[in-house]
Amino acid sequence: MIYKIWVSVVKEFLLLKRDLGGLIILFVMPLVLVIAVTLIQDSTFKAVTNSKIQILLVDKDKGSVSKTVFENLEKSNYFTVVTQIDNKPITEEIAKENVYKGKFQLAIVIPENLSSDLQAKVEQNVEKIVSNLGLTDSTSTSEPQRVIKEKEVKLYFDPAVQMSFKNAVMSSIDKMISQIETKSIYSTFQKQLGEETINFEQKSFITFKEIIPKINNKEVLPNSVQHNVPAWTLFAIFFIVIPLSINIVKEKTQGTFVRLRTNPVSNLVVIIGKTITYSIICMIQFYMMVAVAVFLFPSIGLPSLNIEGHFLLTSVVALFSGFSAVGFGILLGTVASTQEQSAPFGATSVIILAAIGGVWVPVFAMPKIMQYIAKSSPMNWGLEAFYDVLLRNVSFVEIIPRISLLFLFFIITTSIALFYDKKKRTV
Amino acid sequence: MQPIIKIESLSKKYKEAEMFSLNNVSLNINECQIFGLLGPNGAGKTTLISMLCGLIKPTSGHFTIDGLDYQHHASKIKKIIGVVPQEYALYPTLTARENLQYFGSMYGLKGADLKDKVIEALDLLGLLKFADKQVQTFSGGMKRRVNLIAGILHNPKVLFLDEPTVGVDVHSKTAIIDYLKVLNQNGTTIIYTSHHLAEAEDFCTQIAILDQGQIYAQNTPSALIEATKEARNLEDVFISLTGKALRDDI
Repeated sequence: MIYKIWVSVVKEFLLLKRDLGGLIILFVMPLVLVIAVTLIQDSTFKAVTNSKIQILLVDKDKGSVSKTVFENLEKSNYFTVVTQIDNKPITEEIAKENVYKGKFQLAIVIPENLSSDLQAKVEQNVEKIVSNLGLTDSTSTSEPQRVIKEKEVKLYFDPAVQMSFKNAVMSSIDKMISQIETKSIYSTFQKQLGEETINFEQKSFITFKEIIPKINNKEVLPNSVQHNVPAWTLFAIFFIVIPLSINIVKEKTQGTFVRLRTNPVSNLVVIIGKTITYSIICMIQFYMMVAVAVFLFPSIGLPSLNIEGHFLLTSVVALFSGFSAVGFGILLGTVASTQEQSAPFGATSVIILAAIGGVWVPVFAMPKIMQYIAKSSPMNWGLEAFYDVLLRNVSFVEIIPRISLLFLFFIITTSIALFYDKKKRTV
Repeated sequence: MQPIIKIESLSKKYKEAEMFSLNNVSLNINECQIFGLLGPNGAGKTTLISMLCGLIKPTSGHFTIDGLDYQHHASKIKKIIGVVPQEYALYPTLTARENLQYFGSMYGLKGADLKDKVIEALDLLGLLKFADKQVQTFSGGMKRRVNLIAGILHNPKVLFLDEPTVGVDVHSKTAIIDYLKVLNQNGTTIIYTSHHLAEAEDFCTQIAILDQGQIYAQNTPSALIEATKEARNLEDVFISLTGKALRDDI
C-alpha cells in the first residue's frame, strides 16, 4: 500500500509539473494576491506621504477656526487640503459637485463667522459662570445678550467612500473642533479673570496608551502584515480546491479513474496520494508567502512579517489548514461531473468561506447571526489559529482545538467523498 | 478446457431504466478462448463487461472468474484480470513510459521487473522510440496501443477488451490483433467486444451475439455461419439474428 501511495504521489507531481498554467495558479497567483492585498491594506493603517487624500476646504469663515482646521489637516499627513480649483476659490456648490462626481472624496465647508460666533458664544458662557461666582466687576453694567445660533460644519462625502473611512474622518474632525472650542474657553477664562500671567495647561489630562503584548520581553506591535499575511495565505491555501477538484474530474472524464477502479488498488490509496501531494503544495505555498512577507516586504515599504519563534507552530496550522482545503477539494471533485461545475463552484465557495470566516471583515464586527456562522467556517478556524500563534503568542496545546476541527473537517469531507463514490458505483 | 468465467442467470436493471439491460444471461467462457461479445448498440455488451470487471453490481444472478466472486475476492480477481477500456484511459501529459509504470505499479509490479516489462511491451508494439514522449502527442493508433499495454503488463489470466481497435489505422489494428493472439497463445483468456464483425470472425475462437440483454446465439464463428441460412459471413449471421432496424442508444 505504501508503495502504491508513493507511486501515486510521484504521478500527481508529474501531472502538476507538466501543467504550466496550473503551476502559475498554484504558486504565482497567491504571491501576487498576498503582496497586492497587503500593500492596499497597509495604506489604510499608516500614513504614506505620497498617497495623501486630497480634500476640498471651503472657507466661509476666514477666521482663526478655519485657519486651525486647515493647519491641522495639513499636519495630519493623511490629507492634502485643496482650497482652489483652476486658481479660483472653491464655493460650496463647486465642492459639492466635485465630491458627488467622485473627483474628490471629501469636502469640508466651514460656515461664515464661525470663529467670531464661537468666540462670542464662549465669552457669553464664561461671563455667565464668572458672574455667578461673583467675580465680575461690580461697577460694570449688564447688557442684554445677543442670541448666537449653533454653527454647522458641513461634510460632503463621495458616495463611493466606505463607511470606515467616513467614520474615521468625522471622528478626527470632531476631535479637532473640540480642541478648538476647549482652547477658546480657556483663553476666554484667562481674559475674563484678567489673569494674563496665569497659563492654563491646555494639553489633555487623560491620554490613552495601548499596552502591547510582549514576546521574550520584546514588544510585538501588530501591523497590517501580521494581520494580512495569515489571512491571505489561508485564502490562497484554500484555492487548492480548484486545481484539485479539476484534477479529480479530469480523472473521471479521461477514463483513468475507471481504469484505476479495475486495478487492485482502493480508492482510499488514490485519495491518500492526492492528499499528500496537495498538502505538500499547500506547505510550499505557505513557505513561499512567508518568505515573501519576511524578505520582500521590507524592500517594498511594508513591515516584515514577524515569525520569530512561531515558525513551527505556524507550519502546523498551515498543514492542518491544507488538509482541510484538500478534503473540500476531494469532495467537490468527487461530486462534480464536469470542470464547468467544479471550477466556478470551487472559486465561489472559497470566497464565501473566506467572507464568513473573517478574512475580509473581522468576525467581531459581524452581526450576531454571522458570528455564529463564521464559527462553522474552516477558514475561521485556520485564521484564528494563525492569530493565536502570531499575535496572541499561544502554545501548541492551545491551538489543538482549532487544528483538530480542521482535521475533522478533512476526515468528514473525505469520508463523504469516499461514501458518495461507492454509492454512485452501485448503479 | 475448464470454464474460467461462469455466469449464471445474470441480470442488470439500472435505477432509472424501464427495461433490463442484461436479462437472465448464463454463459461459460473457457480458459484460453478468445471470446467475442457482439451485438448492436444497447445490446448489453458493455454492461456485461462492466460487471465482469467489477465496475457495476448485478441486479441478480451470479458469476465467478477463476472460481472467485467479487463479493468475497474482489482484490484477488482484480489481480488476475486486465481491462482495456474503449476510451484512452491514460494521462495525456505523462509519457508512455510514465503512464505504463504508474499503472503497472498499481498491480504491484516494481523495480527492474516493471521497467523491463514496459520496455518489452513498448518494443513489441512498435512504440519504444516514443517511450518518453507525452501521450497527448500520439496518434489515435499509438494511444490505442499504449492503452492496451496498460491492461496487460501484469500478464492477466483474463483480459477484457472493449472495442480495442476502434478508430485506428490498419497498421495499428494489425499490430494490436497480432499482439493479442500472442498473449492468447501464452495462456490469456480474452473477452472482446467489437463492431468490426470481419475482425471478430477472424480473431475470435468463440462468439456470443447479444441483443436486448439476451444471448441470441453462441458458438464458433464458422459454426454460427453454417447454422444460419444463406449466411456467407458473420455479418450475415448478425443481421439475420438482430434484424436491420437502427439501434441508436443514449
